Amino acid sequence: MKSVVEASEAVALAVKLARVKVCPMYPITPSTHIPERIADYIFDGEMDAEMIHVESEHSAASALIGSILSGARSFTATSSNGFALMYEILPILSGMRLPAVMAVANRTLAAPINIWNDHSDAVSARDQGWIQLYAESSQECVDTMIQCYKIAEDKKVSLPAMMCLDGFTLTHVFENVDVPEQAQVDKFLPAFTREDTLDVNNPKTFGPIGFPDSFMGFKKQQQDAMTAALDVIKKANSYYKKQIGRGYGDGLVELTDMGDAEYAILGMGTLCGTAKAKAEELRAKGKKVGVIRLRSFRPFPVKELQAAVKNLKGLAVLDRHISLGSNGPLFTEISAITPELKLFGYIAGLGGKDITLKHIESVFTDLEKGKQSREWLM
Amino acid sequence: MPLREIRFHGRGGQGAVTSSQVLAIAAFHDGKYTQAFPNFGVERTGAPVESYTRISENPINVRQHVYTPDYAIVLDPSLMANIDVAKGVGKDGMILVNSNKSPKELGLEKFNAKTIDITEVALKVIGKPFVNIAALGAFAAMSEEVSLGALNKAIEEKFAAKGRVSDLNKEACKILFEKAKEVKG
Repeated sequence: MKSVVEASEAVALAVKLARVKVCPMYPITPSTHIPERIADYIFDGEMDAEMIHVESEHSAASALIGSILSGARSFTATSSNGFALMYEILPILSGMRLPAVMAVANRTLAAPINIWNDHSDAVSARDQGWIQLYAESSQECVDTMIQCYKIAEDKKVSLPAMMCLDGFTLTHVFENVDVPEQAQVDKFLPAFTREDTLDVNNPKTFGPIGFPDSFMGFKKQQQDAMTAALDVIKKANSYYKKQIGRGYGDGLVELTDMGDAEYAILGMGTLCGTAKAKAEELRAKGKKVGVIRLRSFRPFPVKELQAAVKNLKGLAVLDRHISLGSNGPLFTEISAITPELKLFGYIAGLGGKDITLKHIESVFTDLEKGKQSREWLM
Repeated sequence: MPLREIRFHGRGGQGAVTSSQVLAIAAFHDGKYTQAFPNFGVERTGAPVESYTRISENPINVRQHVYTPDYAIVLDPSLMANIDVAKGVGKDGMILVNSNKSPKELGLEKFNAKTIDITEVALKVIGKPFVNIAALGAFAAMSEEVSLGALNKAIEEKFAAKGRVSDLNKEACKILFEKAKEVKG
């Protein structure tokens, strides 16, 4: 059904449509509207689930381990320092191969204390074995959340997945959303089942010690699962498109105006919307510019990105995070896979700093001139 | 038609954020694409609040803040002592102020500004100075960006659970819609 929906509510609706059974929650700004809506659905009897009011984000992530091992499809949401408090549990969920799904309403990490958006929280956890998909719109939040369960629970993957949405810049925005019907989602996403579950009548140990002779083998399996996830994400996107009618590029990378583009901007999340708007305007003036939106940061789609930039004269990478003492992480990773390409890296939108059409225009101007005028879009 | 941007000025608790949402829902019922979002600050009761709506015939990609609104709607004229409500409003833009004074008396003679006493109608119809939805009736008539029918539908949707609130706001909107047609500069 089409209506005007806030992105946070779009996430909550997707959780309801996915028939999630357990939601351990510890609300933090700007993710708070997500648990609020889910609490409404449960209270109104629209959703048959248990919300666990845990005492911290560390406990929220820990509760996911137990609930998924019990065979329940599970969900939580967080932001910023709450995400940081979960950090210890993130590699445990992925190492135990548990298909948890989490919405991260991206917010920077203190200090200085700041409630606004950048990607510091999720990007700094890139090595912890979670699939990371970044959404651009409220519509994509509904669609991607549902796909996250499909991807995470695929037997070739069995890894946790987080869907990242920009705090405030997306979480608090009301816009046109077409919410799929329950029957459509049921068809796309069958019920969650587990062969091995916690069972008092048949006790088992989960997550035992991995000695040096086996540990690397486990990590290799996780890496192989991440590689397999590339194809699973693509298939989830195309299957969803076929069943429900919407897709986002090939699922990994979304290309806009890239056909004959000479210069392009690459980024993640909402900044790509602003970049698309500027690219459209410049296209009307005859400039051959385009936008590459990275939807899947983990796994990192090397082949697809290399193909996307193949004919470019120059590429600008916009990072909404900085690895202090190094560069924007996205810039560093793109550099490694495109040695021949003229590449500019920009740090943008930290702590809620607006990324404007003017910023985007200045980046395209830099690309055209072949000279980077600045590294920080302030 | 290009993308239109509307900026609401109110005080925390006055419902400016709800204004922007109801306008977005109404635009949606008129078959438009829309976005509504608050100024992402730390709002407190009584503090100045800004909220925004975008309306377009095409899908809206842009996510930057609103800097050059086509319309500024001022729910509380006392804000004008500290806030430049005309900021970024261009020559073709319009400023709508809830006031019984003239634009000239408010120092807005250089702009395409219109004033209408929304509070008076709200007090008469709703019995309380709830102007955030009523203002949309005046805006609909002055801007022709949204239809009264769509506005009614949006109000019913937003306040469905509170029947009387919906009816009173619709009534106030209708009166202000008619009144606003007669307002000149």
